[in-house]
Amino acid sequence: MAEELLRLEKIYKNFGNVKVLKDVNMNIKKGEVVALIGDNGAGKSTLIKVITGVHRPNSGKIIFKDKEVTIKSVSQSREMGIEAVYQERALCDQQELYRNIFAGREITNFFGFLNIKKQRKEAEKILRDYIGFTSKAITVDSPIMGLSGGEKQGVAFGRSLYFNSDLIVLDEPTMGLSIQETEKVLNFVRGLKNENKSAIFIDHNIIHVYGAADRFVILDRGEVVGEFNKDEISREELVQKMIELHESGKIEIEA
Amino acid sequence: MNNILNSYFVKTHKLEISITIIGIVLFLIYFFGATHVFTRFPIYRAFMQSMPFFGIIAISATFVVTLGEIDLSFPSIVGITSLTFGMLLTSTDGNFYIAFILATSLGMFAGLINGLLVTKIGIPSIVATIGTLFFWRGLVNVISQGSGIAIVEEADGTWQHAMFVQKLFGKIPAQFIWFIVLTALMQWVYRYHKFGNHIHFVGDNKASAQMMGINVDRVKIIAFVQLGFFSALAGIFTMYEMLYFWPTQGSGLMLTTLAAVFVGGTSVFGGKGTIFGTFIGVLIIGSLESGIVALGLSGFYVQFINGLMITAAVTIYALIQRKKS
Repeated sequence: MAEELLRLEKIYKNFGNVKVLKDVNMNIKKGEVVALIGDNGAGKSTLIKVITGVHRPNSGKIIFKDKEVTIKSVSQSREMGIEAVYQERALCDQQELYRNIFAGREITNFFGFLNIKKQRKEAEKILRDYIGFTSKAITVDSPIMGLSGGEKQGVAFGRSLYFNSDLIVLDEPTMGLSIQETEKVLNFVRGLKNENKSAIFIDHNIIHVYGAADRFVILDRGEVVGEFNKDEISREELVQKMIELHESGKIEIEA
Repeated sequence: MNNILNSYFVKTHKLEISITIIGIVLFLIYFFGATHVFTRFPIYRAFMQSMPFFGIIAISATFVVTLGEIDLSFPSIVGITSLTFGMLLTSTDGNFYIAFILATSLGMFAGLINGLLVTKIGIPSIVATIGTLFFWRGLVNVISQGSGIAIVEEADGTWQHAMFVQKLFGKIPAQFIWFIVLTALMQWVYRYHKFGNHIHFVGDNKASAQMMGINVDRVKIIAFVQLGFFSALAGIFTMYEMLYFWPTQGSGLMLTTLAAVFVGGTSVFGGKGTIFGTFIGVLIIGSLESGIVALGLSGFYVQFINGLMITAAVTIYALIQRKKS
């Protein structure tokens, strides 16, 4: 039995009168990839934003590395070792690539002035070692807007690897990518296990999810309604299960 | 030639280059159209004397505009802080420190209110700052009861007076040196400080910036606070030059200041801007009135040509931007 990395207990989250998360319990072990499945509005994004410190839960416990924690901000969750890859949505289009990599945790001197030289050098390394960019058209000084979807995804991944985190949160990492780029992303997720890193992975495509995850947690309207290990269920069964649940009205999934 | 046009520097500095060319062309027109005026020093001294008062604010406002926000209240912040400075200076028998510290603190407080209204209450900045524009000017009127304050006795001949507005070598107004130094400093912060970096990211995409761990509200609040501070500072500079406070002080600054920022090439959409551009924008906007009159046109042309300049400049930037995307 692998060690537990993160446990959520009785998480509730409301936005005004809307109850987005209701009594959510789940855990993630070290070196495990957990997929969150569910329809739009099921609360997947809100749940991972609770983990990454974007939102704070109204009640409930978060236990990370055997300690109860209150995650107040994105920078705090990063310091703890939780790194989010929000697709290209967490990149700023008009800013240079190297500035995007270090945004929010710039390498600075005592007075807060940026060490541009070091940032560019490190960004260069990330581009080469983690992302494998070979295109000469893209440099660390390129603004993000010139990059393709896959390249942007690569920057987001490279960034998460560079900052050596324990838990990587992937929000729809394959959305809008070509088949080839999708394969790269899935390989990346599988590769995390070799480094004993854990991941939470949201994706609408069951085929992608099944190929990359160890365990599936199904959310519906803010509640966990099902949980399966990969060895308990085949891909066809998982798909079938979700269709059944969808038809019985308990679970809805996207076609 | 093609080589130069495709170089990295040119590609990344299109805005700065465009604005510089516009500025040079304008001064060439002055120079050849009114040679007798522009080959002599006094016109330049006049420029150096008057430009810093709105120039300092324009540089500072560039931060707020880069956020994709706007502040319309700074003319009234100039008013209320200048009034405060004048009242304190005269009532303390010329205690500069008290007057300076309290006036600039009030400026920062006014900026803080703008920042809180925008971030915590969620009022769009253009609306919130119209409110505070009237509020602070109204307060000036109520307190001053429409009369001015002379600070000749307390300020004239003091070292502060010399430091702020004396002519170096009898020629260069000190405020212009301050303006240059502040511009350089702010340019450095804008491009190479964490705060300037965050300004760009928040202005580019607020949601993304937040996901990257940038405290969006704090960045915005600090931007409004620093504009409050520099508005106060500009007011104090003006008072040392004029040795007088008048209740409408600052109210003429709005359009020239914002025009300088936009002519300078900072995008109203946020995320991109240039302090250097604003500096050139100040030189352009600040020279138009005297320049046009020196060219022999009547003063009635000033607004017309001003409008022409602004429209032409922002059109060029919009075209550059469109070509990019």
